[in-house]
Amino acid sequence: MGTRMLPIVSQAVSPAALASKPEPTGFFTDTTICIGCKACEVACKEWNQLPARGDGGAHLEMSGQSYDNTLELSGDSWRHVKFIEQFPEPYEGRWLMMSDVCKHCVQAPCLEVCPTGAIIRTEFDTVVIQSDTCNGCRDCIGACPFGVIGINHVSNTAQKCTLCYDRTSVGLEPACSKACPTDSIQFGPISELRVRAEARAVQLREQGETRAYLYGADPNGPLGGLNSFYLLVDEPEVYGLPRDPKLPSRNLAKGSLLSSIAAFGMAVAGALTLRGRRMKEVAEASTPEHVS
Amino acid sequence: MQTNLPSTFFTAPPEFGWIIILYFFIGGIGGGSLLLAGLLRLFGIPADRPYIRLASFLAVVCAGISAVLLIADLSSPLRFWHMVIQDHTLLPMFKWWSAMSDGVWILLAFSLFAGTATIDALQDIEWPPMRTLRSLLRVVRFISRPPFATISAIGGIVSGLSLAGYTGVLLAETNRPIWSDSSWLGIVFLMSALSTSMAAVMLLSHWRRVHETSTLEWLTRFDLVAMVLELVAIVCFVISLGNAAQALYNVWGVALVLGVMVVGIVVPLVLQRRSNHGIVLPASLVLAGGLLLRAVVLLGSERIHVVGTQVVR
Ligand code: SF4
Ligand code: SF4
Repeated sequence: MGTRMLPIVSQAVSPAALASKPEPTGFFTDTTICIGCKACEVACKEWNQLPARGDGGAHLEMSGQSYDNTLELSGDSWRHVKFIEQFPEPYEGRWLMMSDVCKHCVQAPCLEVCPTGAIIRTEFDTVVIQSDTCNGCRDCIGACPFGVIGINHVSNTAQKCTLCYDRTSVGLEPACSKACPTDSIQFGPISELRVRAEARAVQLREQGETRAYLYGADPNGPLGGLNSFYLLVDEPEVYGLPRDPKLPSRNLAKGSLLSSIAAFGMAVAGALTLRGRRMKEVAEASTPEHVS
Repeated sequence: MQTNLPSTFFTAPPEFGWIIILYFFIGGIGGGSLLLAGLLRLFGIPADRPYIRLASFLAVVCAGISAVLLIADLSSPLRFWHMVIQDHTLLPMFKWWSAMSDGVWILLAFSLFAGTATIDALQDIEWPPMRTLRSLLRVVRFISRPPFATISAIGGIVSGLSLAGYTGVLLAETNRPIWSDSSWLGIVFLMSALSTSMAAVMLLSHWRRVHETSTLEWLTRFDLVAMVLELVAIVCFVISLGNAAQALYNVWGVALVLGVMVVGIVVPLVLQRRSNHGIVLPASLVLAGGLLLRAVVLLGSERIHVVGTQVVR
């Protein structure tokens, strides 16, 4: 299937809206200036009225190993500030911090597999799950290459960041980027964000941080680019990100073809052997018995 | 270091647990049974009739159980119909490029053809209450006559094979470890569905004291082919995993080799060669191996997830 974008069945954008389609918008997250304050997580939870993790907050769960107690993105946590503690020696090391979120992939794996049409692409080129359509089959959870989606235990449907569709559609900035005190999370038109991100990466490299690079900013890269992309200073895996995210449909044609050939072969083998047996029975029945 | 882990390890498990394992197992048996019933109806001899009956009944029961399991597994079960009808427009919901969407329509077609096969099979039954039912069935008697009988048998073969094999393709069309790291899972599940369905039909026939030597001989030979191909497909599947095979360097890998391949395939093959072991032991081992195969594939992948930034397995 390659990385060709497949059509979607359920389309929230009317033809009229498409004609006056606004510019694609998204996030650029500069992880080098994230201070791990988690204001974005709190703002997201508040605006989207998301429950606490686990049992709804009746028991506060602590990871016990890190200042990161959110631990993962889920149906209840649409932002997650990752803490990467790199301390090879007691007095030497660094903390990398990264506010993770749905990447609003240009070719979105979750949207590709959703069998109910609950997942749609909005006029802002973002990816949204319609909670009233989703039936919780969880196909999208396994399809997302970034482990973004989870079941929300209040709605019993799959949920994730909507890129604050309810705010952006009335001209407001998403809650997380609005709350971010260092502008680590920046919201805006993708074309502008890319220019800004590239300039920042160059600046960092000139200042000696030669490991600085952009993850997901390339429109010719994996999944047609990510509408939420990052500036990182270590390997993607160090941040818990996949090096080579792919579309799930890469296996569809080959898997179906192999199975169909095998299925056809077995059906033909069964038919031929049964037919052979029937012929033999007919032949035996019509052969006159020898009189000895 | 996790920098050399495959990209599929950085994803979240969809929590496909025992309900889905059971669905894959039972759906596979149903699909294989309807294939057998269809082949015997089209190319068999009159003496095959009792086996056609058993296989058709088995298929229709599996269709019912599969539907219940699938609905029960949804996080919002009352919205199961969103899979077939778009809730916003009430138009049919079908995405050919989503294996899960395909699967829903395959299960519907399979249930239809399992139903027509069962109506056909019911015509033979001499049990007294059946006579009343048969007068009702007379309305749909045309199903047992040509050309509908042929259409029903061919439909059963195609939908049965599709149900048996699509589940592997469904798992491959994700980004999860093991499942999406190979394109061979469809064949593995298909062959396992065929061997388990033949085991189930042979066990049922033993229990119902149905014994037709020529049918049993054919079933045993066809089963042998399916099991040998299943073994080959599992080997190809594991090789095709490449670096991702490390997901099985644990108890699930041991279960795959010892439980599924040795106890579930090689031992029944050997036992079948020595006919004095009867049907029950080899068939039971094949069934246990088929269930274990699905447990290994699903649970072996499900345990891998990212906590914080670390891949946990
Ligand atoms: S990051 Fe995951 S959830 Fe977000 S659009 Fe991409 S595939 Fe969908
Ligand atoms: S869980 Fe909901 S959003 Fe995800 S694939 Fe299923 S129906 Fe679509």
